[in-house]
Amino acid sequence: MSTVHTEIVTPAGKIFSGEVHMVSVRAKSGELGILPHHIPLVAPLEIAQVRLKHEDEKIVDYAAVHGGFIQVSRDAITILSEAAEMKNDIDVERAKKAKEEAEHQLSTLHESSEGYPEALLKLKRANLRLDTAAIADPVAES
Amino acid sequence: MPSMRDIKEKINSTKKTRKITKAMQMVAAAKLSHAQERAGEYAAYADKLKEVVSSIASGKKSGGKHPMLESRPVKKTAYLVITENRGLAGAYDSNVLKYTQNLIAEKHQSKDEYTIIVTGKIGLNFFEKRGYPIAFSKTDLEDEPTFDDVIGLARQAVGLFDDKKIDELHIIYNHFVNAISQRLVDNQLLPLTNIESAPAVKTNYIYEPDESDVLESLLPLYAEGQVYGAILDAKAAEFAARMTAMRSASDNASDIIDHLSLAYNRARQAAITQQITEIVGGAAALE
Repeated sequence: MSTVHTEIVTPAGKIFSGEVHMVSVRAKSGELGILPHHIPLVAPLEIAQVRLKHEDEKIVDYAAVHGGFIQVSRDAITILSEAAEMKNDIDVERAKKAKEEAEHQLSTLHESSEGYPEALLKLKRANLRLDTAAIADPVAES
Repeated sequence: MPSMRDIKEKINSTKKTRKITKAMQMVAAAKLSHAQERAGEYAAYADKLKEVVSSIASGKKSGGKHPMLESRPVKKTAYLVITENRGLAGAYDSNVLKYTQNLIAEKHQSKDEYTIIVTGKIGLNFFEKRGYPIAFSKTDLEDEPTFDDVIGLARQAVGLFDDKKIDELHIIYNHFVNAISQRLVDNQLLPLTNIESAPAVKTNYIYEPDESDVLESLLPLYAEGQVYGAILDAKAAEFAARMTAMRSASDNASDIIDHLSLAYNRARQAAITQQITEIVGGAAALE
């Protein structure tokens, strides 16, 4: 089984770098699963989980990626994002707090009022962090 | 002539000052190495981003240009000026501020033609005192700013351009060359004109869903990234400048202490000589 070199890069540095067999991301246009030797591609990403399936299929790394985009070139895959964390680096306490704050903001604001979309995004990010952190280890992928 | 006690006091106070400047020098040196590390981490991200953006921008032929890539008639220019909060960094701030002042005096006739975005208390005070129009400012930047700290400022600045409130965004700051030199940089950030340099290896990417959508989400990311990069760079330069300034302050303090010690010893000698003369004179008078 072949692998492809994959990196997740944020302004704070590389958070992941390694050989993986499959990268699955949720792009703006839908779910993408990228295998080695994929044709060069660039796609913007949603605030969603990224799954990195290793050569040994039992090992899967998860990352919470908050937007950005994926760039697939001939021999490497790069995920660029303003914020991203690997599953084990997620600060659950902070995410919980952020979620509470966001929910509070949402309950006081009206849909049309200023700050509503920001609060919604904040909630989305907090949920993503919590969901990603909550994935049981080790994961048996079906 | 100052008395021996005065000189002694002065020596002591100068010694205390030297202790402080030495400590500040060391702190700045430590922070400089952190800042350089951060800048290195960021460079990986910036390079990748630039590669993708330029390959899209130069490969794109069909359809209209993205507004961020297109120069439009300039009615209003914004200058993002990066200064710091504390001072004590030699000519670090005054270089930037003077340059901006001259540039504005040269290029603009009225206050409607430009606006200023400034980080750092020193810059803010400078422009406020002189009555320059300030769009917004940020004075609570930490010494090691994270991307989250900067993103608000960057979004605001890019937002102004997006809303067509400004037609050009320049960024003026001190670029870190090495630990002993900084260079003033004036970059045009928006519209992005210098980006279409042909990438070394040309790859034909597929864009999902299409080019303009990708550009739509990519360019703001790129512009914001540039602001963050500039701030990191400026921070590194700030610590380098402060380190140099504090080193020369410590050196000066040592010089002053040397001089004062000499004066002190002279005064002591003079006092002893005088006493001897008095004793000898007194003894002679008794004979």
